This record gives sequence, C-alpha cells and structure tokens, in this order.
Amino acid sequence: MSDTAEKVKKIVVEHLGVEEAKVTPEASFIDDLGADSLDTVELVMAFEEAFGVEIPDDAAEKITTVKDAIEYIEKHKGE
Amino acid sequence: MFQNGFSPRRVVVTGMGIACPLGLGVEHVWKRMLAGESGIGSIQSFDVSALPAKIAGQIPSGVKADGGLDINEWIPVKDQKKMDRFIQFALVAAEEAVADSGWTPQDEEARCRTGVMIGSGIGGLETIHEAAQLAVSGKAKRISPFFIPSALINLASGQVSIRYGFKGPNHSVVTACATGVHALGDAARLIALGDADVMVAGGAEAAVCELGVAGFCAARALSTAFNDTPQAASRPWDEGRDGFVMGEGAGVVVLEEYEHAKARGAKIYAEVIGYGMSGDAYHITAPAEGHEGAFRAMTAALRSAGLTPADVQYVNAHGTSTPLGDDLELEAVERLWGDAGRGLAMSSTKSAIGHLLGAAGAVEGIFSILAIRDKVAPPTLNLEKPSRESAIDRVALQAQPRKIDVALSNSFGFGGTNASIVFRAAP
Repeated sequence: MSDTAEKVKKIVVEHLGVEEAKVTPEASFIDDLGADSLDTVELVMAFEEAFGVEIPDDAAEKITTVKDAIEYIEKHKGE
Repeated sequence: MFQNGFSPRRVVVTGMGIACPLGLGVEHVWKRMLAGESGIGSIQSFDVSALPAKIAGQIPSGVKADGGLDINEWIPVKDQKKMDRFIQFALVAAEEAVADSGWTPQDEEARCRTGVMIGSGIGGLETIHEAAQLAVSGKAKRISPFFIPSALINLASGQVSIRYGFKGPNHSVVTACATGVHALGDAARLIALGDADVMVAGGAEAAVCELGVAGFCAARALSTAFNDTPQAASRPWDEGRDGFVMGEGAGVVVLEEYEHAKARGAKIYAEVIGYGMSGDAYHITAPAEGHEGAFRAMTAALRSAGLTPADVQYVNAHGTSTPLGDDLELEAVERLWGDAGRGLAMSSTKSAIGHLLGAAGAVEGIFSILAIRDKVAPPTLNLEKPSRESAIDRVALQAQPRKIDVALSNSFGFGGTNASIVFRAAP
C-alpha cells in the first residue's frame, strides 16, 4: 500500500471511528463506514490539511469511496 | 400546579442526573455536598496568568466508578468533536436521569409523547472561540462543518433526543442564569397542558474557558480575592464575599405526568407544584432595588402552588456570592415570608460548586428535591460572618436535618429575568 493510502486510511479511521479492517479501497464513506454528509465534508477538509491539496467542492462530491480519495490525492499532490 | 383557572395535569419528578464540580452522579454529589465538601479549585485547563480570576468549579476528571468524568466512557470519540462540552455534559446528566427514571418508551406514540427541554446560558463558547481563531488567522475555510451544530444551544436537546429517540416537543431555554429553572418550569407546563407526558429537562453549561472567564471578569462579576484559597471563594452572604465563582456542568431531570408515572410504577421523587416568573425591566446585570423582581417571581410561584410562604420550609437561594445580589435576595425573601421567615431555612449550594450559570437552576432544583427526600438542608459553606443578620437560617457551614416537605428554588439572570420553582414531597 502506498504512503498516501496508509495516511488516508489512518485519517478515515480517526475521523469516522471505524475499525481499520473496514477501510477497504472499495468502502463507501456513507454506505459502508457510517458517515453522514457533514462527516464527508470534514473528511475532505482533513485530507486537504494532511496532504496540502485543494479539493474543490465539485471534486469533493465525487469522492465517495476510500479509493476515490487516494486517487484524487495521488493525482493532485504537489500541484 | 396551576391553581389559577386551568385544570392542568399533575407533574412529578421521576429521574435525576448531575454532572458538576463535586463529580458525577446525584447520590455521589449529594453525599459530598452534605459533608461540606467544595468542588472549587484552581483553573488548570487553560492559561489564567492574564486574568484576575484564576479559580472555578470544574468537573473532576476520573472514571465513572469514582464519580469523575472521562468523556470517552460516555460519548464515542468520533462524536465528541461534533458537540461542545456543554452538550457533552448534558448527555452525561441525561443518561443518569433517563436510566434513573426507568422510562423507555416502547412504541412510536410513547416516543412522540416524550420531549426534551435542556437549555444553556451561553452555549458553545469554547467552540466559538476556536472557530473564531481560525477565521482571524485567515483560515475560515478550515472551520469544521460541525462548528455550528456544536455551538448551538438547542443542540443539547437535539443530541439527547437523537440518542434516545424522544420525538416529543424539542425545545431549549436561554435565559442566562435563570435557564435551569425556566427549563424545568416550562417543561412541567408542557406536561401539565398536555403537550407531552414525559419531558427530559434541565440546563448545561461549559463556560469555564478563556473567553468566559475573561468576559465575567470584565463585568467585575467574579471573585478575585481568593485565588490562593479557592474553596473559600464562594461565600454567599458572608461579609468577605467579593463575587461569584464560575462552575460548569449539567443538571437534568425526568418530569412526568403523575398518572403516567403511577401507571408504570415509577419511583417518584417529588411533585412540581409551583412556578413563577418575572422581569426586572431595570438593568442588564444588576438586580432591581429590593430585588423586587425576585419578590414577584417567588410570589407568582407560591400563588401557582396555592401556598403561602409559611408552607415552605426550605429555599435554595440564587445566592451567588456577589456583594449586591445576596443581600437583596435575602431582603426579598424576608419581605415575602414576614414572620414565617423564622421557621425558614435558606442556603446557597453555590458555596460548594460555584455558579453553574444556565445549569444552576437545574442542579439546584435537584438539590431542593433531595432536601425534601432526605429532610435535610444542604449547607452554605464559608458563611462565617454574615454581612447582615437575619431571622432566616442560612444553614451556615453545616447541613441541618429539618422537616422539609416543600422547597422553593430561585434563579435570576442577566437581563433582569427571574424564576422560582416549588417542589413538594412525592404525593
């Protein structure tokens, strides 16, 4: 697993209070990890802070799974 | 309650919960209070070096079993950041009160007949402080989506309703330091008038933070002469008093329609028999001359109870330990009770826990109920030399066994808002 993936996983575990094993790449924040819409807003903010990336609202809306988050961050990191 | 025209339903208290500077749990706190212990100490949770007041009553940390607070025992970590500490305190006190009442609505109709009315004087002040710091440092975009729901006062009621599925009236009181009494009284009226059968009611406050202490310091409201001897600082009616001591915590009761409580065999602590309110229309922070607003609130409460002052054996005073307020309240009580004042016990439990602001009236309502249950008046600590003599026994220094069947509790708030509530022994 990449550094980004590890870090994303850690943030998700911390913010949503879920078991690490549940945070699979395919896991949906809302459907599988018990997040509500405010939780996802906060998660995206945590990603921005941790990785120094800017995630605009329209992009944030499309980040619904752990994998979506990792891919977006990998792509835009260091921009 | 309501002897004045309506034929309202009777309201009783069937559950109680406390989180306060003497710890967690009604029995634990009450035992310490009757033993004359104080919950006031030096503020350690933030830097007070620039502030003239350096003491407060803060909830002791520790595990539940020892009467201390470890919030992780009560609220999942992921939810803690969604609520200011005042809401956390409300949840802690509500959990005790609801469990104590044994009320678990089994169907939708019963859930819809169970409401929540928990208020706060100030709400999420610490949360607002933190968010404001982000804003002024150019990081407004970093403000959490949970900022607003964490700070809003009615979210105490909201969170409690969500946790238990109570779908009845969901309401919240904001009347500064009178909040707790207003919440109990208003919630009792909702039951009396038929809007609900059960109400979880009370007050919660967590303003012992930099902004809160600084604000009350600026208003010259706090004690500053006892920073080295914190437990001596809250001294209602004593000649050495120099301001109130802030406290934090929550008091929550379960109020219930009498027949409803009887039908399910609930334990009944007391009946809410009277409630009265008034406004000073005088000054934003100072009480009116002769505390005439307090006089009218107490008069209204006794009238709604259908009682005369002589029927009351115990008053839990607002008694904050401020130079002006304490003697004015005493004056109002003396005037109202007249000769009957000789048989009256009146104490200020703020001497032990400080002033819990919006939670004060709820916590003190519980103390009043316990005074009836155990036939004992809790003490006014530090009342060594009263600034004024009175025929009214202010229960100096030590708890007093007394025959108490009816108790009245007072709370007055900034803005000139006054409220009194009357309890009677369980029917």
